[in-house]
Amino acid sequence: MTTADTGTLAAEPDFYHAQTKHKGILGWILSTDHKRIGILYLLTMLVFFSIAVILGLLMRLEMLTPGRTIVEPQTYNTFFTLHGVIMIFLFIIPGMPAVFGNFMLPLMIGAKDVFFPRLNLLSWWLFIAGGLLALVSLFLPGGPADTGWTFYVPYSIRTTSNVMPALGAAFILGFSSILTGLNFITTIHRMRAPGMTWFRMPLFTWALYSTAWIQILATPIIGITLILVALERWFGVGIFDPAMGGDPVLYQHLFWIYSHPAVYIMILPPMGVVSEIIPVFARRTIFGYKFIAYSSLAIAFVGSLVWAHHMFTVGMSTTGMFVFSLLTFLVAIPSAIKVFNWISTMYKGSIELEVPLLFVLSFIMQFSIGGLTGLMLGALAVNIHVQDTYFVVAHFHYVMFGGAGFGFFAALHYWYPKMFGKMYKKSAAILSWVLATIGFNCLYFPMFFLGYLGMPRRYYDYLPQYQSIHIIATVGSWILALGLLIMFINLLTSLRRGPVAAVNPWGGETLEWKVSSPPPLENFHDIPVITAGPYDYSKYELHAAEMK
Amino acid sequence: MKTTTANSQPVHGHRDDVGTKIGMWLFLFTELILFGGMFILYAVYRFKHPEEFHLAAKELDTFVGTVNTMILLTSSLTVAMSIAAIGQGRKNLSMALIGTTVLMALAFLVNKYFEWGHKFEHGIYPRSPELLAKPPGEILYFGLYFVMTGLHALHVLIGMAVLVIMMVFIKKGVINRQSYVRLEAGGLYWHLVDIIWIFLFPLFYLIH
Repeated sequence: MTTADTGTLAAEPDFYHAQTKHKGILGWILSTDHKRIGILYLLTMLVFFSIAVILGLLMRLEMLTPGRTIVEPQTYNTFFTLHGVIMIFLFIIPGMPAVFGNFMLPLMIGAKDVFFPRLNLLSWWLFIAGGLLALVSLFLPGGPADTGWTFYVPYSIRTTSNVMPALGAAFILGFSSILTGLNFITTIHRMRAPGMTWFRMPLFTWALYSTAWIQILATPIIGITLILVALERWFGVGIFDPAMGGDPVLYQHLFWIYSHPAVYIMILPPMGVVSEIIPVFARRTIFGYKFIAYSSLAIAFVGSLVWAHHMFTVGMSTTGMFVFSLLTFLVAIPSAIKVFNWISTMYKGSIELEVPLLFVLSFIMQFSIGGLTGLMLGALAVNIHVQDTYFVVAHFHYVMFGGAGFGFFAALHYWYPKMFGKMYKKSAAILSWVLATIGFNCLYFPMFFLGYLGMPRRYYDYLPQYQSIHIIATVGSWILALGLLIMFINLLTSLRRGPVAAVNPWGGETLEWKVSSPPPLENFHDIPVITAGPYDYSKYELHAAEMK
Repeated sequence: MKTTTANSQPVHGHRDDVGTKIGMWLFLFTELILFGGMFILYAVYRFKHPEEFHLAAKELDTFVGTVNTMILLTSSLTVAMSIAAIGQGRKNLSMALIGTTVLMALAFLVNKYFEWGHKFEHGIYPRSPELLAKPPGEILYFGLYFVMTGLHALHVLIGMAVLVIMMVFIKKGVINRQSYVRLEAGGLYWHLVDIIWIFLFPLFYLIH
């Protein structure tokens, strides 16, 4: 391994300074460079994420006391709808593939760009269009959508709030997601560097590949479903309207046929990031490479067959419930395979507790709690008790935020030096990790109790006996917000003031660490020829053995 | 790690027809699944209301449906022939064949227009008092009919636009004897429009 002191290897300028066709802002928003598009996604996504965090904070503040605290019930309804829509459709689902997938995929497989660079830019434009539409709906007469992010019929075809722009936004964002998925699959099939066989690909690439298939195969279903809700509102075609013979339960089926696999769109890429980070900081060859790679595909496959576990209380045949419950349990197997392989990789490794690894450790703990409570929810008897309570809220926040969100932060801290060529302040980053982890658990863990005791989700008001737990959760939200604030300030100020990052600050073995930080415009001057797997730490392992 | 000296993979402007076609096929999968959602709904509602679907289907004109099916199938042939023509370098023939395809697509839409108009004249359109007076199964049948054939017609329109762009490309020489993967991709899209109709036709017109 050669660790240069500066971020520059070649004489070529990095992609920020390279000659582009357009100047200034146009050089960004019309750029087809996968790295620039990745950065564009990152910036826009952090804006949306911040808006949704503020909405979440306001919701928690409202729940501090029973009855009215700061807003009216209708406003609270729009808060949880927008929080959900923005977090899910504008941050968690597109997040990892669009930001880190775009930036890292071509680098990791030794390519100069994705297969369809212009389509890639179109995806970002669609993303922006969808995001703006969602924001515009806030200010149109009629008020923001109040249906919850699930747009359940028949309420979503009757309410007078601005459901249409929200539906339109979700549809356009779906298109953006499909195009990204299509692009990545083609890229991985056609543009791997010579010698990069399937089983020499980094595991993040495998995760992106599995994710891309779900994006392509599941997203059209939500597309047609949302179109139908829109047609129902415009013309009254009756397909989902019980007044005309339509069946609202069918809406729920179609919605979850997409939206459950979407959970795996959210979690698979962070799992891939974890598989990247652990071998680097444990200085060990990853344990069970093929199992981790295949388990991504297994999760994508089995995860597509479990959707109706969201609907155990809406009316389904007992056989149906049985099958969906069983399939739900089966998804736990590939997920657990990953967790055990990560732990095994760390076992007897020479672990360096750097910031990315800290976030990964939080990920493993929180994802495990989220995953195991998911099994509780998949059990038919327990499900009926806790359906639509805070237990569900706690569960999916543990998976989506504690898992996918923290995975995103881990990736951000891991690839930050490569993406920006600067290094952030370690002490501030550790502080943000401590606060975010404590705040997160303080916010969501009590909700398991709250739900188990019977507090329904999405309710504006509650009985006085729930207040003490609500207070703990709200205080947790403040600690978490403080942690996020410190994290973002640290990352933003380091862009200017941070020291120049080395080419390979962590000692990674994958290809993105072989190019300058930040990389030059076309990534590789000469396409590398790959002769070994991605995580070859045998020299460290040998060294460790000699020391004994 | 070694590096190749030859620049085997020039970015922007690289040529990989197989990759382009993989991308197109993946896109076609998404289209199939989009319609797949509708086919699921059709299956469920047909299972729930077999009698009413049976009655409602009698109101459609099988003759017009058959004519439209023949038009679309033939148009798929002409688009396939236009690809063969450009492969032989017969530029004008290729453009003429695409033009024929677009005209047939137009004929299909004109038929569709009169067919829908006929339904409207009889008071059958979403939320019409006459339709709402019918039993739920018939309302659902016509709801599905308008949505599915409407969505298909929209795809016909998009397909026509794609084919017209292909004609411009051929005229300008962007698509030529050596490089016609774009036309192949456009042709694939047109075949998709065709194959969806092949399923819509029996489901709505033939099964009584």
